[in-house]
Formats: sequence, structure tokens, C-alpha cells
Amino acid sequence: MYNGGKIFIGIIVFLGIVTFPLYYNLGRADTPPKPSLNTPVINQMKVKHCVEPKAFMRADHMQLLMQWRDSALRDGERVYISSTGERYDISLQNTCLHCHANKAKFCDRCHIYMAVHPYCWSCHFAPEKENKL
Amino acid sequence: MSMDRREFMKIAALSAVFGVGGPLLMGKLGARNLEASEFGLTPGGKRAKRWAMVIDVSKIKGPADYARITRACRKAHNVPVIPDPKHEVMWIWTDDYEHVFEGTDNPYMEANVKDQTFLLMCNHCDHPACVRVCPTKATFKRPDGIVMQDYHRCIGCRFCMAACPYGSRSFNWVDPRPYIKDPNPTYPTRMIGVVEKCTFCVERLDQGLDPACVLASNGAMVSGDLMDPNGPVRKLLASNFTLRRKPDLGTSPNVYYVIAVIGGGKNA
Repeated sequence: MYNGGKIFIGIIVFLGIVTFPLYYNLGRADTPPKPSLNTPVINQMKVKHCVEPKAFMRADHMQLLMQWRDSALRDGERVYISSTGERYDISLQNTCLHCHANKAKFCDRCHIYMAVHPYCWSCHFAPEKENKL
Repeated sequence: MSMDRREFMKIAALSAVFGVGGPLLMGKLGARNLEASEFGLTPGGKRAKRWAMVIDVSKIKGPADYARITRACRKAHNVPVIPDPKHEVMWIWTDDYEHVFEGTDNPYMEANVKDQTFLLMCNHCDHPACVRVCPTKATFKRPDGIVMQDYHRCIGCRFCMAACPYGSRSFNWVDPRPYIKDPNPTYPTRMIGVVEKCTFCVERLDQGLDPACVLASNGAMVSGDLMDPNGPVRKLLASNFTLRRKPDLGTSPNVYYVIAVIGGGKNA
């Protein structure tokens, strides 16, 4: 092999640069986001619950929101009957944000951490008090 | 690399196992759907087989009444007021006889009708041209006849605006939010780059309420089921002379205008 030494040194330097973020951040645990449940409506609930169990909401709220959107808008069915048998009006602004009135401290905290940018808020309103339009 | 028949069969069989088995396994692992959940209609909502609107323009007196009706619509749906006419967004608006019923006017016709101002809105056609041309099915017709716009799907191609013979659709050339004063917090706005139009107030019908324009019109506008022979819409249609806009185009519009000739006209 011609210039074998130079090539191997080059590869090692290249790998070193590419993996730099990995060992640079090694051992530094980033604090995971803590979405706040501190809103007046949630504080008044005796048993704190969302429309579905917490684990499901945490992992699959986006799928649920898509189903809600299609059901309400395209099928005209605006009532959601949850797995616990409770009925909810399907509305991001009037049902979700009724409890989670703190979009900036609830939705945004995780979304910013995960670097996802849902475009809900280019049309839907968040309550004005805590979250400016 | 050479490959004999036996080697090829081995690779093909392995690929089949991973190709078919993988998604099946992942499907089982990833299945987190809630089986017990379901969707339903809002109890107490207004339902119809075929929604229609009758507008008795003679009962709407003067610019103040028109302004009240259009303002009610704007308020209910956060429709922006954009001063630049090129960027205007309208769900309900007004025009004069010769533009509303073009081709049916003549220079000598009854002055009350000819000088009347007419309220215009989406006709929620039986055969909506806008729905036929939409490439993403963002606009669609509900089983009850209401032509809806799904802003989540709209890509802003504006084919529907070219197709609609009534000019009922508006495009958001600019971000509408700065032009909405005193927004209704229970209803969304739209964003730049989507087409919007009248929705027959589906969200209000579901709550058992009349459309916002009907409520603000003090009885000049009536919405109801066209398929109900004893309903208010059919009663008005049976007892008055009505016109529809451009019926010869075959879209079969569902907004009817009561044309009342009052006292034989001014020039009689």
C-alpha cells in the first residue's frame, strides 16, 4: 500500500474529529425536560388524569392528536370516548389547552429538548396569558 | 463473485424471512393502539341530510346590516381584515345584482332588485368543482353536503380558487394573525399559504347553534335541511321566487336568494 502510514493517521484523525461530540459530552448528563402540570385546572383535579393513561399520552400523544384531527374535521365526529369510557370534546384549543394552559412550560419544554417543531401553533391559539401569540 | 443455484436460494429464503417476519414482529411489538377508544357525534348537534341556505335580501336593510353579518362571521372564525384588496380574505361578502346574477340583468329591470346588495358566500355545491380539482383532498364534501377545507392538508396550489365559479375562496398571501384584532380564542386561525372559505359553521352546528351569519341576520338568512319537505328552507323555497348563482354551470349551488319585488318597484 502506498502512503499507508499517512492514510492510517488520516483515518485516526478523521475518526477523532467525527466522534468528538461523543467523548466531549461523556459523563455530562443533560437534564431531561420536566413538563409542568402546574395549571389552575389541573391543580383543582382530585385525581389527576389526562384523556388516556400517562404512559400512552407520553409516547403516543401525536398519533392521538392526528386521530382527533381527522375524526373531528373529516368525519365530523367531535366526541372522543376514551379507553376509560369518558367522553371528551375533540379540540386542541378547547380541550387539551383547557387543562394544559401552560403551553410554554408543557408542550414546548419537551419539543425544544427533542428538537421537534410541530406546526400546530401557526394556526391554533395557545392561551394568551402565559404564551404570547 | 460467482453464485450457484444453492447459494442464491439460501439468500432468497433468508431475505424473505427478514422481509416478511421483520415488519410482522415490529408490528406486534409496536402495537400501542387503544382498543377501547372510539369516536362519536356530539349529542344535541344540528344534523341534516343536505344543508342549504336561503337569503332573503329584502330583509337586510342597508350597509349596517351587511356589516353586522360579515362582522359576526369574521369574529366567529378569526377571518382577518386585510386592507390590501389583493390579499383580502373573505368568507362572506357583498356584491350587486349584475355581478351576482350576471346575464340575467337588463337595463330596465325593477329598481329595488337591480339596486339591491347581495350577500355572497360559499354555495356548498352538490357538485363542487373545487373538490374535483384538489390534488390532496384537502377540500372535500361531507355526506351532509357541506364543502369543507382541511388546512392541515392544503398545499396552497390554488387549483380550487381557479375552479370555483363563485370566487368563494381566499388565499392567505400573508400571515393573517397580525390582521385579526380581538381574536376568538376558541377557534383557530389559518396560516400563510393555505386557502380558506366558509365552512357553513360546522363547529356551531355541532353545538346545536345556527351559523354565525344566520344568527346575526335577524331572520333574513335561514339555514336548514333541503331534504326535509316541512323544514324552514323548503317552506321558503315553495312560497317565494328564488334564484341561485350560475345554475347553468351544473355545480348545483345550495344558497338560494329570495327575490322580492316590493310594491311593483320605484318606477311603476
